[in-house]
Amino acid sequence: MSLKIVVLAKQVPDTRNVGKDAMNADGTINRAALPAIFNPEDLNALEQALRLKDTHPGSTVTILTMGPGRAAEIIREGLYRGADNGYLLTDRAFAGADTLATSYAIATAIKRINNCDIIIGGRQAIDGDTAQVGPQVAEKLGLSQITYTEEIISVDEATRRITAKRHIDGGVEIVEGPLPIVLTVNGSAAECRPRNAKLVQKYKRALGSQEKAAITKEGAELPYADLYEKRPYLNIAEWSVADVCGDIQECGLSGSPTKVKKIENIIFQAKENKTLTSSDDEMEGLIVELLANHTIG
Amino acid sequence: MENYYTEVPELKHHLNNPMMQRICELKEREYRDKDEFDYAPLDYNDAMDSYDRILAITGEITGEVVAPNAEGVDEEGPHCENGRVEYASGTKRNLDAMVKAGLNGMTMPRRFGGLNFPITPYTMCAEIVAAADAGFGNIWSLQDCIETLYEFGNEEQHSRFIPRICAGETMSMDLTEPDAGSDLQSVMLKATFDEEANCWRLNGVKRFITNGDAQLHLVLARSEEGTRDGRGLSMFIYDKNEGGVDVRRIEHKLGIHGSPTCELVYKNAKAELCGDRKLGLIKYVMALMNGARLGIAAQSVGLSQAAYNEGLAYAKDRKQFGKAIIEFPAVYDMLATMKAKLDAGRSLLYQTSRYVDIYKALDDISRERKLTPEERQEQKKYAKLADSFTPLSKGMNSEYANQNAYDCIQIHGGSGFMMEYACQRIYRDARITSIYEGTTQLQTVAAIRYVTNGSYMQTIREFETVECSEEMKPLLDRVKAMADKLDACANKIKEAANQDLLDIVARRLVEMSADIIMSHLIIQDATRNAELFTKSAVVYVNYAEAEVEKHNKFIENFEVEDMENYKK
Repeated sequence: MSLKIVVLAKQVPDTRNVGKDAMNADGTINRAALPAIFNPEDLNALEQALRLKDTHPGSTVTILTMGPGRAAEIIREGLYRGADNGYLLTDRAFAGADTLATSYAIATAIKRINNCDIIIGGRQAIDGDTAQVGPQVAEKLGLSQITYTEEIISVDEATRRITAKRHIDGGVEIVEGPLPIVLTVNGSAAECRPRNAKLVQKYKRALGSQEKAAITKEGAELPYADLYEKRPYLNIAEWSVADVCGDIQECGLSGSPTKVKKIENIIFQAKENKTLTSSDDEMEGLIVELLANHTIG
Repeated sequence: MENYYTEVPELKHHLNNPMMQRICELKEREYRDKDEFDYAPLDYNDAMDSYDRILAITGEITGEVVAPNAEGVDEEGPHCENGRVEYASGTKRNLDAMVKAGLNGMTMPRRFGGLNFPITPYTMCAEIVAAADAGFGNIWSLQDCIETLYEFGNEEQHSRFIPRICAGETMSMDLTEPDAGSDLQSVMLKATFDEEANCWRLNGVKRFITNGDAQLHLVLARSEEGTRDGRGLSMFIYDKNEGGVDVRRIEHKLGIHGSPTCELVYKNAKAELCGDRKLGLIKYVMALMNGARLGIAAQSVGLSQAAYNEGLAYAKDRKQFGKAIIEFPAVYDMLATMKAKLDAGRSLLYQTSRYVDIYKALDDISRERKLTPEERQEQKKYAKLADSFTPLSKGMNSEYANQNAYDCIQIHGGSGFMMEYACQRIYRDARITSIYEGTTQLQTVAAIRYVTNGSYMQTIREFETVECSEEMKPLLDRVKAMADKLDACANKIKEAANQDLLDIVARRLVEMSADIIMSHLIIQDATRNAELFTKSAVVYVNYAEAEVEKHNKFIENFEVEDMENYKK
């Protein structure tokens, strides 16, 4: 027996190296100034999925992502590292989704994929930092969930139980749950493996239909066009709202109760400083203070 | 650096050399693998795109994994316990990343699980890795020993061993012994045929073996009892799974700490013959060493690049007398010269690797079918060029790596002498490059015949006819004048017909040849890409011209009688 694993992954603007031009004057993100990357914790999740595939032969790893046509890049990145296939949820009707509408769309897609054993994603995305989508998907599908996963320790296919290590305040805990299950993975989990040379060569021409259309828009020819029929795995599947039998009212802006009221720029400034001697008393006082205001611990 | 490939645009320039078209065509046999392997290239452009992408993966792993581990690996080093080597923890992480990325057995055919990479992009990967950690570079790039097993082993050995290397097992070449370093003819490790077990047995000691606890060893041993020279030596394959070889100790070295240099004890170790008896040294080890020399040349260029990067960053950052020290002529002169040596040396490295690529690919084709007369001629031409360029490339680049590491510390001033900066590690790591796989003096021995038989001069005269940009023409004229001086020096020494005289000025003649060849190559680079190479072309020709003149004066004034003053 083998496992059917779905990895939830998001293409995000790289907010880790933010420069002066990261924000537009109206307070929205200047996407042109920030390269689009694979959300870092989703890569941690992908690694956990690939390790299961290594230890459970015959298992499949599917990347599920939502975004515009260029988000197919996330699926290619997954394929380069060992994923088997992927689906791009893409439709104008999905646009502007908050976490509720996003988790709705993802949950419908997971139903369409059907018979999944493990749904795994990063704890949160670096553009929104909500950490809500994974848990909401679990609720919508009526599945158990393990959040803050650091490592999947084992999956017993006979009893259909999974054992995982979770990151908790001040340590870790080992928990067990039933399959199918949703996991969100913490950034402290193992880093994702690199792209593999053979897989990069195999999948480098994989494209979604919107990407193909963008290439041929100006009358240009699609390079190696005949390849897409001969090698079906080079066609990245795109799903619309209709493809996943979604209720359009639940998707995108119309399905999003969250409204952005205001965006504020915050500039961090050191407001005060303290000079301490090296006496034990003062050290202890500092530790107590830092513990009390949750700077450490 | 985040990516050691994409942030060094010179590498892509060399990858895109026009000779690559012929190399790919030969290596890919007209792209015949495309229907059998889903990762094989469809055509030339597709192959080049794949090399570029895989170099970017190598550059990324180097930037994100190998470089951050380098300092820790240098401090921790490997350990020897119960006859086995335990790599430094950082080394293990490096190796794991490289294996997962599928960067092992890169040049091997796809049917064995390899990537069928030409030597040139593979050598670029070796340079990239060495720029971050020269010691780890050794462990990883010893994979190219598999080339020798592929060339001289039989098919059954190919199918048993090559897939293991492609899957990430490491290799070593066990050549030197306590009394056989540069002089490999004196190797004494004993190989005897065990009739009962129907296998060879190895007994004795090997010393200074890089990565000596590798899974697969190529071993030079004396199979012909009673012989004392190179003709009694054969090459064997030792598989660690068979047991019988223990690591007695790991050497404490000045540099390349991550790379375990081992003393090995063979106790009745089971081994199998690779190729024919008695050809171990005279044929197979020579091939092995030529590959390894190209590898050290790549390692040296990587170190030169690292030294330049560190020197440049420090010079921009460090302020004295109210300004960054890079603003001072004495400092930017050093940096410009470092960059010129780096660029010219790299040009020589990849020119050499392209020659190797063409002749090796044709060699491989000749094992499948008879070469056409034109192909045979092409094979001969490039084999000769590869043989003549390899010692130049290894010799010059290893010396440049040392010079650049020296200048890198000089730019750092007092801070460079402290252990806090990377420049001290680069300096220590660089020192071995002009020693192992044949000292610079032995590279001279290998190269001098191409001075006296006119091979270099012929290549130089051919380079003089290569089209060059208007901007480069004045430089080209100066390089032509340099060649005339080399010609005169070589003729003077040849006419004297005195072997000792030739030997004492040999290095100067070889360096003059290399200086001129590198001047041509950097002019060709600047012709193809003015933006990237013009400055280095000017600085290098200035430097090389002065070097040639220095040697010219020495040889011009040197009399046979002077030799007495050099002897102890």
